[in-house]
Amino acid sequence: MSTGASGFLERFEGVLGKLPGDSALRAAAAAAFRASGLPGDSRGRRIEAWKYTSLRAVADAKFQREAAPRHEAETILAGLPLLDAPRIIFVDGAWRDDLSAIAAAGFARFAQQPDFGTLTWPDREPMVALNTMLAEDGAVLDVPADHDGGVVQLVSIAASDADFHPRHSVRLGRGARLTLVEISVGQGTYLLNTVAEIHVAEGATLTHIRLQDEAASAFHVSTTYADVEAGATYDSFTLNLGARLSRTEVHAQLTGKGGAAHLNAAQLLAGSQHADFTSVVGHTAPGCQSRQTVKNVLAGKSRGVFQGKIEVARQAQKTDGYQMNQALLLSPFAEVDSKPELEIFADDVKCSHGATVGELDAEQMFYLRSRGVPEAEARSILVRAFLAEALDAVADETIRARLEAAVEGWWERQAA
Amino acid sequence: MLEIRGLAASINEKPILNGIDLEVPAGEVHAIMGPNGSGKSTLGYVLSGREDYAVTGGTATFNGVDLLAMEPEQRAAAGLFLAFQAPIELPGVNNANFLRTALNALRRAHGESELDAVQFLKLAKAETKRLAMPDDMLKRNVNVGFSGGEKKRNEVLQMALLRPKLAILDETDSGLDIDALKIVADGVNALRRPEFSALVITHHQRLLDYLVPNKVHVLLHGRIVRSGGPELAKELEKSGYAELIAEAA
Repeated sequence: MSTGASGFLERFEGVLGKLPGDSALRAAAAAAFRASGLPGDSRGRRIEAWKYTSLRAVADAKFQREAAPRHEAETILAGLPLLDAPRIIFVDGAWRDDLSAIAAAGFARFAQQPDFGTLTWPDREPMVALNTMLAEDGAVLDVPADHDGGVVQLVSIAASDADFHPRHSVRLGRGARLTLVEISVGQGTYLLNTVAEIHVAEGATLTHIRLQDEAASAFHVSTTYADVEAGATYDSFTLNLGARLSRTEVHAQLTGKGGAAHLNAAQLLAGSQHADFTSVVGHTAPGCQSRQTVKNVLAGKSRGVFQGKIEVARQAQKTDGYQMNQALLLSPFAEVDSKPELEIFADDVKCSHGATVGELDAEQMFYLRSRGVPEAEARSILVRAFLAEALDAVADETIRARLEAAVEGWWERQAA
Repeated sequence: MLEIRGLAASINEKPILNGIDLEVPAGEVHAIMGPNGSGKSTLGYVLSGREDYAVTGGTATFNGVDLLAMEPEQRAAAGLFLAFQAPIELPGVNNANFLRTALNALRRAHGESELDAVQFLKLAKAETKRLAMPDDMLKRNVNVGFSGGEKKRNEVLQMALLRPKLAILDETDSGLDIDALKIVADGVNALRRPEFSALVITHHQRLLDYLVPNKVHVLLHGRIVRSGGPELAKELEKSGYAELIAEAA
């Protein structure tokens, strides 16, 4: 029998009061989730924000905790392209002290310091409601003012066919810096449903790099809320390679003068993969900048979705917003859905958006092949070239090299 | 080396080549001349396997092998090289990586070991120096932001590294000043040996002063209408194609 919305709610009834944090808040989230159901599930309401992505397959799956994980987390961990930097390792949603390597200060577990934050909307986002109901653990990172937190890696390893709902909180004090590298991988059929709340205080810079390389039968849903204050920068890049179905949702609010949000992403999909990148950038303060370039490479019968909304409030004059969605279709059966939206209430702004969809250039293919490069390799060179611009957004060369290696790995899997 | 018999080809059902007969023996350089639209570039594309041209008749064999049955990369592995009249830009593809990928693809096809980045760069730098190309051309993206002359030189660099048995140069001389022209000619001359041939497509006799052909063929309406020695190029330079066009009409 499938778990479904009712299964999640039943489980919630059983654990209410045993989970960390505010029970009333969890109960309110459960009420919202009971009303909404899973997006796309026929029993639930139709939700505009989930127009192109249905979680019906999630509703139909069976998630179950077992006494012992089905796969070796250590083996999966050993194969990861980790950097020589502090790391927090979660296995099946639980913080693992024995696998993590961190400095003493600035790190805490949600399980011990449960705070649901102030930015999330469980009543509007069903998956955030589900997370709020069932979250057990997560990372709480605090970088004090004017401190450089360096690089921190946040790794999620799924080793059981279950559902996990990590709850992360990242706070950068004034003038602080941090590079957060998030990697999610696993084996089996599982649901990772992460919610992260991010605060970037005045003049601080958070670089947020994400590599989603989940198992081919997994479901990955990630909702991030970021609050970017005056002169602060939230610079994010997401690389989606894995999962049967993924939804990456980002809500970034530019709340102080001169703030910047970069929400760049690349999605490489094959087979019947479906990946949805949805963003809402809110300009509520004047003189802020937002930049988004989302590139999709779609093979097989895969489907890529981009929904990007820029909201400019009346007082947010001199807003500079840019949004670009590009898709490269490698097969006649692949599909891309692109829905850029601008909602502008200020009168002195510069906002632009665009979308392109295309196939590989026949002349470029012939040029490479005429030099002896076999067809498959020529295609991969041109696709990598298409992605290069997206990856160029990652300034740190070491991290970029890891992402490039992950892209190579994706190619090898396609060739196999 | 190259034997073409009755080759006919069309694009979008419009006939361009109408029965070409041409033989280029090993070790020889042949020039193909002719007015615009006579089918010169098409010949180069058809021989190197561009898909949008349909071969409607005839044969082309390369060292006894049916060239027309091969994929473009197989033709390259067999030793064919086309220097493009308008070299293609590859944004996001580093020139050095491109050259090394191509060279290693050919080495693999020949059962030779691949060159690593260090070995390759040593080789590439020696060639860029010989061709008077700035080193940074290796670091830039393939042909992106290159001047016309730089693009042509980049084609010659590829030829020098890939060491083909038959090079087809499609107006590699057009848009080049005299110094660049000499460099291109030197690049081809450096490859000249008994097992190397070249088919030089050109509008002008000028290149042939430096790259002296064994034979000159004149292409008109998709057919070779005249063949002769190097003196034919000089003759055409003086008289133009008008007389030939009138003859053919």
